[in-house]
Amino acid sequence: MIVVIDYNVGNVKSVCNALQHIGCDAEVSRDPAQIEKANGLVLPGVAAFGYAREALGSADVLVRQAADACKPILGICVGHQLLFDESCEYGPQQGLGLIHGAVVPIPAEQTVPHMGWNLVELPEEMELLAGLGPAKHFYFAHSFHARVEDEQAKVAHTDYGFPLTASVQKGNIYGVQFHPEKSGPQGLQVLRNFHAICKRRV
Amino acid sequence: MLTKRIIPCLDVKDNRVVKGVNFLNLRDAGDPVELGARYSDSGADELVFLDITATIRSRKTIVEMVRRVAQNVFIPFTVGGGVRTIEQIDELLRSGAEKVSVNTAAVQHPDLLAQASRRFGNQCVVLAIDARRSQTRPGHWQVCVKAGSEPTDIDVVEWAAHGEELGAGEILLTSMDADGTLAGYDNELNKAVSDAVNIPVIASGGAGTLDHLYDAIVVGGADAVLMASITHFGDYTITQMKEYLRDRGLPMNL
Repeated sequence: MIVVIDYNVGNVKSVCNALQHIGCDAEVSRDPAQIEKANGLVLPGVAAFGYAREALGSADVLVRQAADACKPILGICVGHQLLFDESCEYGPQQGLGLIHGAVVPIPAEQTVPHMGWNLVELPEEMELLAGLGPAKHFYFAHSFHARVEDEQAKVAHTDYGFPLTASVQKGNIYGVQFHPEKSGPQGLQVLRNFHAICKRRV
Repeated sequence: MLTKRIIPCLDVKDNRVVKGVNFLNLRDAGDPVELGARYSDSGADELVFLDITATIRSRKTIVEMVRRVAQNVFIPFTVGGGVRTIEQIDELLRSGAEKVSVNTAAVQHPDLLAQASRRFGNQCVVLAIDARRSQTRPGHWQVCVKAGSEPTDIDVVEWAAHGEELGAGEILLTSMDADGTLAGYDNELNKAVSDAVNIPVIASGGAGTLDHLYDAIVVGGADAVLMASITHFGDYTITQMKEYLRDRGLPMNL
């Protein structure tokens, strides 16, 4: 079972819908007992970083415990950004620090937000992105991006005038800046891959 | 490279998709959930659902529709029409909408844009503007509110720039003069607004041919094109639109 952590930010239900659509046993919850029982956790997106951080509140302890227990964790959009050390959206904010790096604004030379479908290079060694060939379009909607400063992390990029972090993986911690639940068939494949990663632990 | 987006728009009234000309003479175009799922399967990049009745009674219906759409549609969709409060935005996002568009309420209470973007992030706050060419000031457009029925003396280009400052993450720009005419987008309007802001602009109103889509992007500077009539009634498929634009050199998600 995968738990989509309910921390009162938008689109929690969309992620759960997409997981259920691919035949995954998923539920939206912030009940510590459920989170502890889960084979994998999803930290969904859609919120400003500071609001999301505050809304996550004490549930951050549960996420850290799951990370320490080697449970697969998938952060999506703002959930992906929360995996890093810090963000400067509406003032400095601490993240979960599971992957080293900072969340910074997309340079103003580009149209901001980065909104729409962009081509993501899919490195073979990233199992979350497996089965999709060398590159696919995914749906992005964000104004900040994660600058990865972690040598142990594997990174997939998309081109937005600079190599923007589209996905990251460090051990059992996975992040996607795009929305797999809103990226059509290729997005559902990413969720299937995460489901498979979670099932391996059972 | 970021691709240009093709966005079918579904105007919803009494739980049916309808389409009119210049906001009038509505024609039935089908069930919103079924049509939404069909567009999602056929390669649309995104969808917009507008509740064009926007009454207290229709609010409940639209939230219910959003839930059903979200169970069947795995591409982003925006919901708008009569959205007035942070609580409504929250409810629509939580029901599965990716973005919420605000129009009249943003004109009346611009602070709504700031509050919404601070809480939900600006990427899910769409400022919808219904624009009408000014009779008195050539080369200017006036913002119309209440489903286009009430002209204001606000200048569209100034309002779009102010909307960006307040926290809108995208502009959905509808030309009321062009809407439903199939005679092409108002690209002077699209260009004036897209030059004035650094957030994406969705051109809306007037699409009738594949050329029109190309012109809105290349001449009008739009990041995305929204259409209703030409796709609901089967004139062109989404794939035909995308292949045409790709063959003319635009980056498309194909």
